Amino acid sequence: MLNYLKLIVLGLIAIFAAVATNYARDVAYMVHAFIILLVSAGMFVWVLRRTDEPVVPAPQNEYMDGVVRYGVIATAFWGVVGFLVGTFIAAQLAFPALNFDWAEGYANFGRLRPLHTSAVIFAFGGNALIATSFYVVQRTSAARLWGGNLAWFVFWGYQLVIVLAATGYLLGSTHAKEYAEPEWYVDWWLTIVWLAYLAVFVGTIVKRKEPHIYVANWFYLSFILTVAMLHVFNNLAIPVSIWGSKSVQVFSGVQDAMVQWWYGHNAVGFFLTAGFLGMMYYFIPKQAERPVFSYKLSIIHFWALIFIYIWAGPHHLHYTALPDWASTLGMVFSVVLWMPSWGGMINGLMTLSGAWDKLRTDPVIRMMVISVGFYGMSTFEGPMMSIRAVNSLSHYTDWTIGHVHSGALGWNGMITFGALYYLVPKLWNRERLYSLSLVSWHFWLATIGIVFYAASMWVTGIMEGLMWREVDANGFLVNTFAQTVDAKFPMYVVRALGGLLFVAGGVIMCYNLWMTARRAPAVEASAAAAHATPAE
Amino acid sequence: METYSFLRQLADSWALLAMFLFFLGIVVWAFRPGSKKTHEDVANIPFRHDDKPAG
Repeated sequence: MLNYLKLIVLGLIAIFAAVATNYARDVAYMVHAFIILLVSAGMFVWVLRRTDEPVVPAPQNEYMDGVVRYGVIATAFWGVVGFLVGTFIAAQLAFPALNFDWAEGYANFGRLRPLHTSAVIFAFGGNALIATSFYVVQRTSAARLWGGNLAWFVFWGYQLVIVLAATGYLLGSTHAKEYAEPEWYVDWWLTIVWLAYLAVFVGTIVKRKEPHIYVANWFYLSFILTVAMLHVFNNLAIPVSIWGSKSVQVFSGVQDAMVQWWYGHNAVGFFLTAGFLGMMYYFIPKQAERPVFSYKLSIIHFWALIFIYIWAGPHHLHYTALPDWASTLGMVFSVVLWMPSWGGMINGLMTLSGAWDKLRTDPVIRMMVISVGFYGMSTFEGPMMSIRAVNSLSHYTDWTIGHVHSGALGWNGMITFGALYYLVPKLWNRERLYSLSLVSWHFWLATIGIVFYAASMWVTGIMEGLMWREVDANGFLVNTFAQTVDAKFPMYVVRALGGLLFVAGGVIMCYNLWMTARRAPAVEASAAAAHATPAE
Repeated sequence: METYSFLRQLADSWALLAMFLFFLGIVVWAFRPGSKKTHEDVANIPFRHDDKPAG
């Protein structure tokens, strides 16, 4: 019966998309309508072929890991794509000739930059969060995912968001809101997918067999809820036409700027921090084979972090039309945020106390530890940069980009790599990874890459900040803007080199994970059975 | 008083106080006597049901 309803809905969407392709006012909208037409027509045939066939009920005594496997593959794939685009645009900044004439208007820096940021944050990070949250919530709730195939809808629906966003950027469909560039219909679709994600996650927690909700799930849940709220408010916009991709923001002026950075900073706070802390609180204890250092600290860490992070956004708007009290508020809360951030870092690192020797033998735990180290570093740097006086030097310079990347590559990237190295042998039922020495290669390439990246951006950022404010005895500016750009060339080359090392590490990881799934010895059936029986 | 000033004053007085007290309540709750045993149990959740949901 449900299948007939699906067929009707898919058929209607396909017809609407066909009409929309025909009436489209701009190229991006036409391409998107055509993609939706293909997807809905393809799904129509797919559902039709399964209608009135016998349905095999899902085994309730197993975890739903198929969707996690797909999520792991998507994470690794989008990761390498995002890193590659990032390295290419870094090279474009160093060598402007790479903004090819034949690709002008499609593949120049301005079009590729949002493609890079969205690919790494939402495609790589988002898939990592969805996959690990589905894995972790099942294991810590001792329950199969709620909602049957709804988890698959979340996975594929999210991939559709990524494809629509990425093609839209290249074709010039954008809100021009940082980290929220996709236009109105992609926003609506993401809202639907995200609410389905929330339903699956909360549904699983509700039917849990453990009396308590493990701390990782608190972090994941706060990430899902807050991102839903941020996404809806920041994307309040009225479409100009139902047949075109352009829309007009409901807020304007400084209100729009404030909402944008309330969103933007909490995308950092809840997407890139709270969600990934959920990973930290599960995968570090698992890999170290010991419980988290202090559960009390983790509770206080959670509440302090979410209570404080939500106010830090205005530090992006120092010296603007934003009222002083608001930017002071953002600054103060950013500085206070240092405490919970470091509390969490200490909790993650100290989980290894008594097992520090594992750092020598296990490159995966080394990866997780350095990720928490980078978390501590960038959450020290961030509050410092949010102070108004420091911000007057650092804002609009490459220092900000360096800061973001020490957090994103170091913390988000490394903890995700660690989680992937943990998950692949588990999910494909392998005894171990294909090669630990390849993990070591990945570790060092990525670490040296980040060091090149962050160090060159510190130098170039502070240099350009100082050059911009340098005045002579008569109060005239000493440097032209072009001179500052020229002075940055060597650092831009070093930055691109760092990116190249990071991508190389990512490619090695993909090879290693692929070979783990294909070649590494399987867990022996008897050993697996013995393993499955709880030792109580 | 216009809405802006009213909300601003509410935010930096009663709302701030309420949130701070809620937070203090959580800290007290986390350190309540007898919480150690519960917390040890909860911290070990990841090590229990690795392969199969609880029956």
